[in-house]
Amino acid sequence: MDIKSTAIAGTLESSDIQITISKGSNGVEIELDSDVKKQFGDQIEKVITETLNQFGLTDAKIKAVDKGALDCVVKARTLAAAQRATDTVDQPAWEVL
Amino acid sequence: MAETEERLRRTMMFVPGNNPAMVKDAGIYGADSIMFDLEDAVSMTEKDAARVLVYESLKTQDYGDAELVVRVNGQDTEYYHNDVIAMVKAGIDVIRLPKVESADMIKTLVKDVEAAEKQVGREVGSTHVMAAIESAKGVLNVAEIAAASNRMIGVALSAEDYTTDMKTHRYPDGAELEFSRNMVLHAARAAGIAAFDTVFTNMDDTDGFYRETRYIHQLGFDGKSLVNPRQIAMVNDVYQPTEKEIENAKNVINAIEEAKVKGSGVISMNGQMVDRPVVLRAQRVMMLAKASNLLDEEGNYIEK
Repeated sequence: MDIKSTAIAGTLESSDIQITISKGSNGVEIELDSDVKKQFGDQIEKVITETLNQFGLTDAKIKAVDKGALDCVVKARTLAAAQRATDTVDQPAWEVL
Repeated sequence: MAETEERLRRTMMFVPGNNPAMVKDAGIYGADSIMFDLEDAVSMTEKDAARVLVYESLKTQDYGDAELVVRVNGQDTEYYHNDVIAMVKAGIDVIRLPKVESADMIKTLVKDVEAAEKQVGREVGSTHVMAAIESAKGVLNVAEIAAASNRMIGVALSAEDYTTDMKTHRYPDGAELEFSRNMVLHAARAAGIAAFDTVFTNMDDTDGFYRETRYIHQLGFDGKSLVNPRQIAMVNDVYQPTEKEIENAKNVINAIEEAKVKGSGVISMNGQMVDRPVVLRAQRVMMLAKASNLLDEEGNYIEK
């Protein structure tokens, strides 16, 4: 799976996380901005990385702005961004959901 | 019909499908049904993101005993097919189709749902459907729509689109909705499924909300669609049976049991025959009383 363009999913509202995904070449590199980074930063990054790997993306640059998102929201926004970046919105990867 | 056991559906709360805060908290307000909206509450550019968000939430969040409903995008949109597949895979209880105007639309939905069930490995027949009636054509065809499939659990009137179609708008007294409400309700009852009344959007008009809810309760609607969790308690309040109704229902149920013990086929109470409609009404009153927390463990009325 290739990233064709930079894509964003999610908002900056409470309980959401905004994920920006762009081309990378050195694994999944995550720049995380979160008020609870100290407590949950590792977990958030783990969910993002696992979701991208399941999706078939091993190289990507991620900018994540977290506003207190649950794991399921982190996963949902990562998937939505990945689908947009790989131009596969119309053919969702059902097995990754 | 798909749902054989009687289920309370007093409140169906709308939840915008792309709002994580509302989607995750939807279970805490005690709505009988939660309806995640992928249609009108989601902008065109966020349809894909909302679908994934609702999917992941359904898979991970605990919504208690609430019946989980998703309003998918219409059959004439490019989002419809993927919405259906994703929601069937998520294990949703009910798929609500907007702007239904014919039985064929429900038959198409059922066919698509069945294909999705096979695709994702879900038990065929386990996904229910319901129809939103939003136009003159839909109202005139509602009887065949309600009876279109044994997966149908209900029909809902959606007044905003309907009144626009009728070249009117909503008035406080609801006279413009009288015909459609009665059509939807009769179609639902004839098909043995639930009838949901439309939303009331003016949150500042509490009196108006109570007036409308009492009115649709009197007509016989199962419940009402809601846009704000604050309205849940108000609807439940209207649907709550009185002490007298509960006592009466208890007597009916006791009389049935007594008759069973005696092996008597005919049930009488206070010298009057108790027939099937009386029994069904008594059972519904007890169910409402229980849901309103008016009964103790033994089924006795609790003074408030």
